[in-house]
Amino acid sequence: MPLPELSEASVALHVEADDWREAIRVAGALLSDTHATDAAYTQRMIDVVEEFGAYVVIAPGLALAHARPGADVHDDALVVATLAAPVRFGHPHNDPVSVVLGLAVTTAESHVGWVAEIANVFNDETAIPRLAAATTLDEVRAVFGASPLRIGDQA
Amino acid sequence: MKIVAVCGSGVGSSAILKLNAERALERLDLEADVVAGDIESLGTTAADAQVILTSPELVERIGKTFADIVVIDNYFDLAELTEKLERAIG
Repeated sequence: MPLPELSEASVALHVEADDWREAIRVAGALLSDTHATDAAYTQRMIDVVEEFGAYVVIAPGLALAHARPGADVHDDALVVATLAAPVRFGHPHNDPVSVVLGLAVTTAESHVGWVAEIANVFNDETAIPRLAAATTLDEVRAVFGASPLRIGDQA
Repeated sequence: MKIVAVCGSGVGSSAILKLNAERALERLDLEADVVAGDIESLGTTAADAQVILTSPELVERIGKTFADIVVIDNYFDLAELTEKLERAIG
């Protein structure tokens, strides 16, 4: 299953965030603004880190913000937020974080195909620094192997 | 051989860890059943597991186990996964 198309609505670049909670809120706002989730899902993503620590920082500079499926998730969705200045999540090796992926899944099984695609993208160690440096949507899409959006492609 | 990839919620990061562990095992030409799970159900999922793969942030939450605990810093670094898995089971 290919990853969802990244659009202007699902990508935010070089956003100011003072701490990891704000960084997760940036990704959460993209998810709720695109109606993939309710706003409550953002707090659940923060709760995961409060409860279990910074394990969501799965690679140097990259956090995969996510929570379990729930009534506040309406669609499977992946969003990308990059930060103007990196923030610390408290991970012993992978801090600081400059790229936050926000993942919402309706069922535990529904995202398995995406996971393979995400792994394919990020097994290339240049992917995270390229995302962190990206200044346009097309640069982000290129990291994910997607072609540039042409005018008129977006609804 | 059973390997459990563990995260806090059982979706997302543990699924990535499971997939890349499978890719590392392929490199090592080793066969194992890799499953993803959350920390709360670990007592059940890891009861018959030889290896538990997880983040440094979750190690302290793993209770008593007979499995080898292998800590992965970078879930996307196949070299790290391959080396650590080889040391644990190779």
